[in-house]
Amino acid sequence: MNFVFSSIAPALPEIVLLISLSLLLLLDLWINDENRFYTYVLAQLALIATGFSVLTGENGQIVTAFNGLFISDAMARTLNIFSVITMGFVFAYSRLYSQDRGLFKGEFFVLMLFALLGIMVMISANHFLVLYLGLEMLALAQCALIALQRDSKKATEAAMKYFVLSALASGLLLYGLSMLYGATGSLLIPEVANAIAANTIDPAILVFGLVFVVAGLGFKLGAVPFHMWIPDVYEGSPTSVTLFVASVPKIAAFAFIMRLLVGALGALVNDWQPMLVIMAVLSIGLGNIVAIAQTNIKRMLAFSTISHMGYLILGILSANNAGYAASMFYVASYVIISVAAFGIVLLLSRHGFEGDRLDDFKGLNNRSPWIAFMMLLVMVSMAGIPPSVGFFAKLSVLSAVLDAGYTWLVVYAVIFSLIGAFYYLRIIKLMYMDDPVGEEKLVTEPDHLILIGLNGLVIFILGIVPQSLIDLCFNSIAHSFR
Amino acid sequence: MSMTSLYLIVPMAPLVGALLAGLLGKTLGKTISHTVTIIGVLVSFIASLAIAQDVFAGHLFNGNLYTWMTAGDLSFHVGFLIDPLTVTMMLVVTFVSLMVHIYTVGYMHDDPGYQRFFSYISLFTFAMLMLVMSNNFLQLFFGWEAVGLVSYLLIGFWFQRSTAVFANLKAFLVNRVGDFGFLLGIGLILANFHSLDYATVFSMVPQVMHNEITLISGHSWSLMTVICILLFIGAMGKSAQMPLHVWLPDSMEGPTPISALIHAATMVTAGIFMVSRMSPLFEVSDTARSVILVIGASTALFMAFLGVIQYDIKRVVAYSTLSQLGYMTVALGASAYPVAIFHLGTHAFFKALLFLAAGSVIHAMHHEQDMRHMGGLRKYLPITYITALIGSLALCGIPPFAGFFSKDLIIDAVSGSHLYGAGYAQFAVTAGVFVTAFYTFRMFFMTFHGKERMDHHTKEHLHESPLVITLPLILLAIPSLLAGYLLIGPMIMGDYFGTSIVIDPQHSVLHHIREEFTNPTGFMVNGLMALPLWLAVSGIVLAAVLYLFMPRIPEKIKAQSGVIYTILSNNYYFDWFNDRVLSRGTVSLGKKLWRYGDVTLIDGTMVMGTARTISRFANRLRHLQSGYIYHYAFIMIFGVFVLMSLWFIRG
Repeated sequence: MNFVFSSIAPALPEIVLLISLSLLLLLDLWINDENRFYTYVLAQLALIATGFSVLTGENGQIVTAFNGLFISDAMARTLNIFSVITMGFVFAYSRLYSQDRGLFKGEFFVLMLFALLGIMVMISANHFLVLYLGLEMLALAQCALIALQRDSKKATEAAMKYFVLSALASGLLLYGLSMLYGATGSLLIPEVANAIAANTIDPAILVFGLVFVVAGLGFKLGAVPFHMWIPDVYEGSPTSVTLFVASVPKIAAFAFIMRLLVGALGALVNDWQPMLVIMAVLSIGLGNIVAIAQTNIKRMLAFSTISHMGYLILGILSANNAGYAASMFYVASYVIISVAAFGIVLLLSRHGFEGDRLDDFKGLNNRSPWIAFMMLLVMVSMAGIPPSVGFFAKLSVLSAVLDAGYTWLVVYAVIFSLIGAFYYLRIIKLMYMDDPVGEEKLVTEPDHLILIGLNGLVIFILGIVPQSLIDLCFNSIAHSFR
Repeated sequence: MSMTSLYLIVPMAPLVGALLAGLLGKTLGKTISHTVTIIGVLVSFIASLAIAQDVFAGHLFNGNLYTWMTAGDLSFHVGFLIDPLTVTMMLVVTFVSLMVHIYTVGYMHDDPGYQRFFSYISLFTFAMLMLVMSNNFLQLFFGWEAVGLVSYLLIGFWFQRSTAVFANLKAFLVNRVGDFGFLLGIGLILANFHSLDYATVFSMVPQVMHNEITLISGHSWSLMTVICILLFIGAMGKSAQMPLHVWLPDSMEGPTPISALIHAATMVTAGIFMVSRMSPLFEVSDTARSVILVIGASTALFMAFLGVIQYDIKRVVAYSTLSQLGYMTVALGASAYPVAIFHLGTHAFFKALLFLAAGSVIHAMHHEQDMRHMGGLRKYLPITYITALIGSLALCGIPPFAGFFSKDLIIDAVSGSHLYGAGYAQFAVTAGVFVTAFYTFRMFFMTFHGKERMDHHTKEHLHESPLVITLPLILLAIPSLLAGYLLIGPMIMGDYFGTSIVIDPQHSVLHHIREEFTNPTGFMVNGLMALPLWLAVSGIVLAAVLYLFMPRIPEKIKAQSGVIYTILSNNYYFDWFNDRVLSRGTVSLGKKLWRYGDVTLIDGTMVMGTARTISRFANRLRHLQSGYIYHYAFIMIFGVFVLMSLWFIRG
């Protein structure tokens, strides 16, 4: 192996992130609890450096590093920059909450950045083991984050559940990958794809491997029936961690599907398409129905996530570039909306009070019309009511499915999004039509408010002119997959 | 100044006045408000005169000024069609409007809504001008609805009175029925002609006239007949033809100047104008014109009967308006469009005059409208008395007053028509002359002659109205006296309307009239020997006998006539039918649909039912989320197992 610098250049963002988070880990040792704010600033600086290196690496080409183990293409770059920005919002929204609960420590930021590194590695993986490496880096960091509030029984229980189930899912995935390796003789994604396309392998082995791979993917996405960890983890984690779990890893999951199913196993589309149909149908149905029965907003949003992942799958199962682009647009808009939703839940919490029950939203309009309006935008967008970015996201995946010929699936998805509208609109009703329960003032910081406003503005603007984001997704997919 | 901008000034000047008086009325004060609106209408009138001169010098105009929107290959424009028909209407509208504006200064001088009133009547003038100047159906409809809106606002001008609010609601609802037909007609035109432009539509008539339309499967109708009848339904609403006439008598709840301007002279003639404007369409359908003829004739006669039993001075004039609108409609049905417009013009003058005279009486009587409390007013209101006499004679059709010429022409025209129903129409309009003369002079004698029946207090304050009220009376009396004599020659006998009205030579009823016509005096001499004049004179004589010389007899007749009187005093039971059958029927149907359809079926079963089912389902399903890690793991593994099995079963 001869290391030439140019061959690692595509991995520069990941390297920058790794170096800066190691520096942060060291520097944090000299920062005492009173000055922990500097850690926060350093973490944001690390993100800025990473984001900057992603942008400078932009050249519109598909380039590989480490002898083809690692790939940097338009999709990877777009998803990377998107993850980095989202991470910045996550840090900002969770600052006050974490301070209040003794979570505002070096570990919080280091673990978050490690998780981000895992995500970025997954996004750029061109090899089964690299993909798995990224996946585990994310999973372990996430597990530690969930358990960060050590004295909380709920959090520990959630971390335990996540750890065991994620190990199970990893096992299934690895088993599937090993099958594929056995059948094709390679772990490199392009080589696997070529081997399958050559049509000389016994399809039984391939499909056997495929089922396990899909199960692993389903777990990452949180699609039914591999969704069981989602509600417990969302509810059990500190909200600042839930905010993370609900946002950036979804981008990784999307990249994961694209690399594995589309990149490596594209030739098996006739086999994985029906599996995705089943998962989509179950996720949309179960997510939307069970969300109605929830009284905790974190849990409600967990089930809402499950249904959103079902819609996300719809775009992918249409198995063409327009469908993938629609899914990418869906995941992007979902992340924007979801970050805002949890950002608002964080705003409502204060010392010794979580603010995560639905009843805490009662009469929010009287207490803070601005926040209530932001939540209105978020809920309208989640429900997919035009004109909101959520509407265009649903519209684009549904039109992709329609083009793929699954009319019944579109009808089903629309009916369930109608049912889903019920619990989103209920929040609006609680905020605007019910009387407030408590009279406590909202404790917040100006930067949080400004960022929520910015976030809401993005949701609002994308609801009116979604075309720029749609075009970005479409071009990224078109340049990365033929 | 180019002619186009002059055209634009005509509707815009009143609009500016309306906006100033309406939005800034409180700041500007009463004097400035009425000055700007009067100047606006005056400018509009003078511009109309200039345009009229230009048009009769041979300069017609048909063009679009502004494209409102484009949808596919269809565009909607704001445009003007300036031809003799338009110009005639413009002159009538602006002149009467100007008179009413001036009159209002005196009539409404201490009303708290003074500026609002001026704003409304100027706005009305704008809307009416947009209606008559339009060169396309969309703008026509805009004007049509806008005049309807202002009419609604003005009938309910005294909105504290519940009767006024009821009356304006009624006018609005009844007009909705007409407008629905009108809009359907426009829609059919758009669907079949692919244009809303008059010129384009008219030029395509020969290609479309034989098309048929199927409304109920198995039965097809001539497309043109359906379009024309639908358009005429619109005209029936606006021009108050039976059975859509019920709103007009109630509209008298509005202030009197409004009754003169909107509910006698201009807005209610919009339907007559519209049908004349659409003459190329109506000429194609004999059926539609037969319908028009019969409805017009019925309105002319039966509404005249109702005038006989009224005691409210304004209501008498209102029923007379209905009856006269019926005459105009008859003329339309007989393809004598120029005659209809001629009568429209003369009627605008003498009916506005009668209304304003009635207003002057009401003003002098401190808003007393019941004729049983009047009498002998001749002494106190000499100018009003003379002008009202001129108006009444014109209405009865006594030569040489204006009404004689136009009404005689209508009767002549009907006798020349061969349409189905023409015989009935001829009878109705001829008999109507007698009734008209009777009720007109009944009103005239009860008001100005005979015993003074008002109370002492009113009597002490009786005096002639101020100049702002009498001046318009005098100015309107002049055309009421002369317009017929002067205009019959050019308007009817010559080629006045040019291409703006199209009459199929086969049913030109004016043909033989034109051949016999030499000069207006000759026409009058002929009239002296004809039946209608003698019917009118006998009507006047009968009124004089009953109400001047033997005032006890009417009461006896009333007591004897039983059933007939009951039917008349109940307005032929139209209101009863509308109220009991239509309104209550609709309301109870609506309530039933609401109770059984909405509450039980849709809300109860479908909406709440599905919601309940889903929430029950949700509560079941949430128990899957048991919290036990081995359940979770089991479900995951079971999922893999199912996926796998499916694939191997499928092969």
